[in-house]
Amino acid sequence: MDGVLVIRRDLVDAMVAHARRDHPDEACGVIAGPDGSDRPERFIPMVNAARSPTFYEFESGDLLRLYREMARNDEVPVVIYHSHTATEAYPSRTDIGLASEPDAHYVLVSTRNPAEHELRSYRIVDGRVTEEPVEVVESYMFAHTGADDVPDCR
Amino acid sequence: MAVSVSIPTILRTHTDGAKTVEATGKTLAELIDDLDGKHSGIKARLVTNGSLHRFVNVYVNDEDVRFAGGLEAAVADGDTVTILPAVAGG
Repeated sequence: MDGVLVIRRDLVDAMVAHARRDHPDEACGVIAGPDGSDRPERFIPMVNAARSPTFYEFESGDLLRLYREMARNDEVPVVIYHSHTATEAYPSRTDIGLASEPDAHYVLVSTRNPAEHELRSYRIVDGRVTEEPVEVVESYMFAHTGADDVPDCR
Repeated sequence: MAVSVSIPTILRTHTDGAKTVEATGKTLAELIDDLDGKHSGIKARLVTNGSLHRFVNVYVNDEDVRFAGGLEAAVADGDTVTILPAVAGG
């Protein structure tokens, strides 16, 4: 793994807007991307079945439909995001215990401060949390992922 | 014919990376026993004290087994069983 989340600004804005909208309950969702690309592309806000300020869970039927759809599109959950509405954007013990996508970037958005959000990203593997930098880009085309003189065209 | 079982990423260490495996059984419990015989250790990831883990979702075709008898849910040849860990946290 690269140890960095490279993500488009509009996707960051969409996660923050979802978190603000559902505040004080936790918001959650996925950003899917092509398998093996590590590139978040398709924003999929999910319903928090728990409708709780301290817990989130994808509804069981939604979860099945989501994973079937991703399998059909040859996508994986590149980003799994949720919000913390009263605490910092750091994985809780529950987050760590239940994390089950070792290849995903777990993004936490804190909305505890109404004026300013906090957004951070982590890998959570076998109960171990590793924070990683978040590089926000306008477009993946020009993201700094290769030589400067070669555009990263797909 | 057997039952096709879809394995989530986190459990593919038990299936040599396979996304889908086959198993047999008349109930989900039998199916998981059969699965564990072929892919050792997988049962412990799904079942504790005789019931499914709270945060592991198992579907027979389109139905969450939690609403269809849990481990006693019936399965038949040609069915598709999907295992998905809950996406949840606090």
